[in-house]
Amino acid sequence: MKLPKKLRWLASLSMLVFMLLVSTGCSDKIIVLNPKGPIAEQQRDLMLISTVLGCIVIIPVLILTAVIVWRYRDRADRKAAYSPDWAHSTKLELIWWGIPILIIATLGVITVRSTYALEPSKPLASNVKPLTVQVTSLNWKWLFQYPEQGIATVNELKIPEGVPVRFEITADSPMNSFWIPQLGGQMYAMSGMAMTLYLQADEQGKYWGSGANFTGTDFAKMHFDVEAIGKDDFERWVRQVRKDSPELTLDGYKQLAQPSTVEAKTYSAFPDGLFEMTVTKYASSHNHGLSRQETNDMPASHHRHGSDQDGEHGMDMGDS
Amino acid sequence: MLHQIKDFASGFFVTGDPLIYGADASIVLVAAAIVFTLTYFKKWRWLWREWLTSVDHKKIGIMYILAAFLMMFRGGVDALLMRAQLAMPDYQLLKPDHYNEIFTTHGVIMILFMAMPFMFGLFNVIVPLQIGARDVAYPFLNALSFWLFFAGAMLFNLSFVIGGSPDAGWLAYPPYSELMYNPGVGQDFYIWGIQISGIGSLMTGINFIVTILKMRAPGMKLMKMPLFPWSVLSSCIAIIFSFPILTATLALLFLDRYADAHFFTLDGGGNPMMYINLIWMWGHPEVYIIVLPAFGIFSEIVSTFSRKKLFGYHSMVYAMMIISVLSFLVWAHHFFTMGSGADVNAFFALSTMLIAIPTGVKVFNWLFTMFRGRITVKTPMLWTIGFIPCFIVGGLTGVLLSVAPADFQFHNSYFLIAHFHQVIIGGVVFGYFAGLYYWWPKMFGFHLSERIGKWAFWFWNIGFYVCFMPQYVLGLMGMTRRVVSYSWDKGWWPLNFVSTIGAVLMGIAFLFQAWQIFNGIKHFRARRDTTGDPWNGRTLEWSIPSPAPHYNFAVLPEVGMLDDWWEKKQRGEHQRSAFIAEEKLEPIHMPKNSGIPIVMAGCWFLAGFGFVFHWLWLTIPGLAGVAFCMLAHSFHYDTDYYIPVQEIKETEAALWKGTIS
Repeated sequence: MKLPKKLRWLASLSMLVFMLLVSTGCSDKIIVLNPKGPIAEQQRDLMLISTVLGCIVIIPVLILTAVIVWRYRDRADRKAAYSPDWAHSTKLELIWWGIPILIIATLGVITVRSTYALEPSKPLASNVKPLTVQVTSLNWKWLFQYPEQGIATVNELKIPEGVPVRFEITADSPMNSFWIPQLGGQMYAMSGMAMTLYLQADEQGKYWGSGANFTGTDFAKMHFDVEAIGKDDFERWVRQVRKDSPELTLDGYKQLAQPSTVEAKTYSAFPDGLFEMTVTKYASSHNHGLSRQETNDMPASHHRHGSDQDGEHGMDMGDS
Repeated sequence: MLHQIKDFASGFFVTGDPLIYGADASIVLVAAAIVFTLTYFKKWRWLWREWLTSVDHKKIGIMYILAAFLMMFRGGVDALLMRAQLAMPDYQLLKPDHYNEIFTTHGVIMILFMAMPFMFGLFNVIVPLQIGARDVAYPFLNALSFWLFFAGAMLFNLSFVIGGSPDAGWLAYPPYSELMYNPGVGQDFYIWGIQISGIGSLMTGINFIVTILKMRAPGMKLMKMPLFPWSVLSSCIAIIFSFPILTATLALLFLDRYADAHFFTLDGGGNPMMYINLIWMWGHPEVYIIVLPAFGIFSEIVSTFSRKKLFGYHSMVYAMMIISVLSFLVWAHHFFTMGSGADVNAFFALSTMLIAIPTGVKVFNWLFTMFRGRITVKTPMLWTIGFIPCFIVGGLTGVLLSVAPADFQFHNSYFLIAHFHQVIIGGVVFGYFAGLYYWWPKMFGFHLSERIGKWAFWFWNIGFYVCFMPQYVLGLMGMTRRVVSYSWDKGWWPLNFVSTIGAVLMGIAFLFQAWQIFNGIKHFRARRDTTGDPWNGRTLEWSIPSPAPHYNFAVLPEVGMLDDWWEKKQRGEHQRSAFIAEEKLEPIHMPKNSGIPIVMAGCWFLAGFGFVFHWLWLTIPGLAGVAFCMLAHSFHYDTDYYIPVQEIKETEAALWKGTIS
């Protein structure tokens, strides 16, 4: 064990460099731990709680490992006991079946409660009426439609501060995942269904959003800016988009859906029922959970389910 | 005509990338060098008779491990290319499509063509020796398993130069892996490479379950069996229940692509979510399939090098069996974000957390095996000691990921990447290395340099932390997996750069290992293991000479207790096979070598290649060849022979020469 000393020294040094890097320059860049909305905040707290619970076990065990390996190593003048046949102790084994069971039970209770509390399709507790944004993952850009405002954007999302946003998420492309780390966890974007995700920004600012599930060549370019602005600013922005931007036509959408990358865009209007059409396009033979509005538009032969307003989930596996 | 050939060739061969031309050239050169060496030294016949047609479990095991090392090299080069691409922002070493192929092949190769054969290699070499058997239950099937694995691995690797590699990630999620988005042949290479080797894996699972249940030495009750065969048993149980799911799933994907079916397509009533459920019903047990044997290896090593009985043997056995069963109940934790609802997520979060309990128990038992032991830190033990903290931290991050609502933030990010590399490198790879170093003298009859081995260990270990610890942070910084590049303003580059340095350190570690092996071969006379028991071992494999004779045990041992060999040594009752009285020897019944497995696997390869290119003229003869091989084997009755007593005596005398004289 002589030579590797140099290497151990190298190890300590590199760990130090690493710690420095983490603790200095980039701590505000650790966006998941720097939440700006209620969902992300609760998720961060969960991470911290579970880390602390885990550390209650692993830190003593790590120390114990070091102590045991050091103390019971073989050398000439060793004083530590050696009992080669000691291989069973019911008391000890009960302890280490017991400790993990207790920790996991605690964590389990926390997890189950938070799983229900943070179910993404559950509306946020708020007096403010939620804003709906319909999100479509296209190859390789994001289309955002504001059905209440009648406008649409590409690769740029503006939302009012302090207002719950109800995202309805689908894809007209391979499966993707819609993720704005500082506002909350991600949700898969899948063709033929509309997933619901409630998020809210509590602070004005620009946040990073991206696609998190691989979709092909220019997947790495599927990121977008999320800007949370004041309510008045939001209204002003909507008016301006209505006034200045071109309209998204059906042909324009077809063009947009072609594989390509584009800069951020805004549209003053979009074809009626475009989002519903995108969802139902792939759900023609099966009824893959449509949201409320589009079931009303559908022929009577289609069953109606997956209504997510009452806390149920925005999708299901269809009739089969 | 010429024009047509040119047209065909430019689509058939992968062209246009200097990296690939370089690889083409080196493949041709290496192949030529191998052919030349074999011809020059007149070794073709030797190769065919001693290795390619062998049904000896030890030789098959060695071939598995050799193949695993080759695949580790290829997968490692893929990893280094990825890390090079990500070292700096906006870097353009690799084009996006090329990068996508590389992360796909890296994942597939490392799990299915590196970890699996490495594991099967250790099963093969060690299990029969540890349970006191002369071979596995079905030696012919065993050879066939190996060659099917090899055919599948080669078919998959062929996509590198012919047709183009798959690029849909190691699990090929539809709809991206469907024809609609992925019209090339890469995905078909993926399907058939895995299908063919998967049949082999399933058969190996069956083979080792039967071997362990039926072939143990007289007196070795299940609860007197060493921990490694127990771990193999638990792993094989998971194999036989999960691999059929993989086969069926890929068959459905193949039908989608080949016959226009609509199982997982977007249109026509297909449902990609079904594939994702099915593939993880195999995929999650799969990670326990590869890690359980590593647990077995660590248990053997900890006990041997602490010179102490394994603590809590019964707990260890129950823990592994519980893990094997629970591994089938957790698959949906790979897609908490697919919107299955709170009921489903809560169930799978809980079942995932449950696995932490038996795993934690195992760690405590390893620690208390060392407690009040006499620990000597040889390379196998070094890897074991390196494994424990690494796996504890990896386990913690695993528990974090299992908290479903928090997983919405971890999922698909580099946090996840760091986690599974930590448990797979820190658990599986460290475990197999520990096993390889531990059993190396038994396999080859000589020692490797401890000094070079320690360098390799420290480079691996340090490289690992330097590479993957930053990735946890990158995940929390919002970096998602599978991105080919990122911009300066994200602040991701310092940690990515550090991570790349770590990957390079691990690359250097691999070179140390290659050097260690060459060095060992060079000095193999001086480093001979003449004792058969270099580590003062506890189990039966150390009672016979190194390397073991082809019949393993001249006389089958009688087993009275756990760690039988160690206990007999303590009582002074141990007897080397060289001293066995002649009248106790009996002719040994052994299986004959067979060329059918390699030919049959070759036919599968052709059939697979035909399926990939939709060439029925190749598929049909290929499948006919497979059927013909099966028929030929079933009408072949000359499959066994007896080794006469005289030959056993001579073999034993020669093997023990160094020790006795």
